[in-house]
Amino acid sequence: MASFLARWMRGIPAYNKLLCVWWLAQVAGKKGGSFFVSRWFRRSQKDGSLLALPTVAWLLVFFVLPLVIVLVVSLMSRGRGGVAQLPLTLQHYERTFGIFSIILWRSIGLAGLTTVVCLLVGYPLAFFISTRRRRIVQQIALFLVILPFWTNFLIRTYAWRILLGDEGTINGVLRALGVISEPLQLLNTQFAVLVGLVYGFLPFMVLPIFASVERFNFRYVDAAQDLGANETRTFLRVVLPLTMPGVLAGCALVFIPSVGAFVTPDLLGGTKGLMIGNLINNQFGGSGNMPLGSALSIVMMGVVMLSLLVYVFGNRRQTGA
Amino acid sequence: MSAQALVNEKALGRNRRIKRLGKLGLLLNPLVAYFFLWAPILVLVLFSFNQSKSVASFTGFTLKWYSNILNNVVGAESAFSTELMLNAFRNSLFVGTIATAIATALGTMIALAMARGSFPGQRLLDGLLFLPVVIPEITQAISLAIFFKVAFDWIHLLSGERVFPGFHTIIMAHVTFNISYVAIVVRARLADMDPTLEEAASDLGANPWQTFWRVTFPLILPGVIAGALLAFTLSLDDFVITFFTSGVGTTTLPVFVYGLLKLTVTPEVNAISTIMMLLSTLLIGISLALQGRGTSQR
Repeated sequence: MASFLARWMRGIPAYNKLLCVWWLAQVAGKKGGSFFVSRWFRRSQKDGSLLALPTVAWLLVFFVLPLVIVLVVSLMSRGRGGVAQLPLTLQHYERTFGIFSIILWRSIGLAGLTTVVCLLVGYPLAFFISTRRRRIVQQIALFLVILPFWTNFLIRTYAWRILLGDEGTINGVLRALGVISEPLQLLNTQFAVLVGLVYGFLPFMVLPIFASVERFNFRYVDAAQDLGANETRTFLRVVLPLTMPGVLAGCALVFIPSVGAFVTPDLLGGTKGLMIGNLINNQFGGSGNMPLGSALSIVMMGVVMLSLLVYVFGNRRQTGA
Repeated sequence: MSAQALVNEKALGRNRRIKRLGKLGLLLNPLVAYFFLWAPILVLVLFSFNQSKSVASFTGFTLKWYSNILNNVVGAESAFSTELMLNAFRNSLFVGTIATAIATALGTMIALAMARGSFPGQRLLDGLLFLPVVIPEITQAISLAIFFKVAFDWIHLLSGERVFPGFHTIIMAHVTFNISYVAIVVRARLADMDPTLEEAASDLGANPWQTFWRVTFPLILPGVIAGALLAFTLSLDDFVITFFTSGVGTTTLPVFVYGLLKLTVTPEVNAISTIMMLLSTLLIGISLALQGRGTSQR
């Protein structure tokens, strides 16, 4: 890793979930986490499991057990007030894949589209940042991507309500210019959700790609072209494969939170842009249905796990090749 | 000139045009991207100074929305009061402090155990630590909400005592998602550290306890502090998980802000958002500067 990045990571990860997530994704790509462990020293110490015990216990109680409970609740019937009761049933899964499948597919589709848009915008942007010659310019370029993310996610999403609303800035400007006479319906659409999601997760794409471009040796490009490859071929056969780990990590980091998005569709989507996260949330209100909400979250988890698997295998193939 | 050469010439010309178009696209991309990233924030700030209530056009500069907040005169339709907001902020600080303390201790311990220990199930544990970072927040929020409900029902059944969600549930939830982040940051620090230093200490007769407090801990301290700061900011910033695990009267700042934002767009909300943006940027800037000084002295 470039020394600049290393320095950057040491200074800033402290403040940014994003960088931390990205760093973790990078490490996860390397096999088995042995990156962390200096094996040589490991042998000279006792096993150390006692030290891990309190944390493991905490995670078992507050992370694993709740997930198990969700799984169990998702198989139970709905009782009075939306709580779970016996007997066991699969009806909530039937409904999830039945009448709610449209929302499930919409969530997956929107998340996929978000990933594609982020990739199309983020890949050239990452290249732009990492090919700045002067370090200070590079730092500023990177900083400008990260700085907006020091603001609370809610406020960043709310800003789009101002822009997209019927009486919002975009409609106001278009009307002043005489382009439209009636306001365009921008807010409370799937388009608004897409914009909000791209806005929310773009850096998750830019940073991993930036890291792999930083490691990319541009002499390979010269070599490919000396050997007669044209630009398209050079890009497809040399540049893209070598920056693929960053692309994969970025896609996973954008897709996963997008599938489970709750705030963005809640503030920008209205009923047209309802996503699975909102549906789950609705099951926990007064007229809710806890088992159904649990089934929905289990299915969502399944989607997330599946995409993680794709990421891990894709990465392994990349590094193995 | 042969026909073949002409075709080549043509293809070359087309290629050149595509190339030029591509270059233009690559040139425009950063401009568009930066505009996209910054426009919403700038618009938000701009309209917090707008004279009219509209966010469609800027009619003139005013500070009245800010003074409205300070003087507690906000439109009847909004659920805002300065006192409520400050109270929510205090709640956030309270939750953040306690959750950070617990998560930092637990996260540092697991990081040490993972990096220096060797026991069965380490790889499984790796996955367990990795999961809270990657799964969508709403899943964790829902599972914790159900878990607390079930647990409180059981407590009621067994002891007759009624327990309600409140600060304790928020803190437990925050600790749970923060552990992983602290562990990551501390492990990064441990990976950077020269392990021979620890060996030297034990060669010189220090017992493991002494080795830890005299050698390891001072060396990983910056990592621990960085992890704690990360946990604190994540805790202050968290909305989804807090929203699902908080009870009556334990509103944190993000949950309070959410309540405001769900209502219509009002200039006061823009002003509050601007203040919050300024504060968080300032806070991060200061801690960055402090940390920067800390590392340069080393």
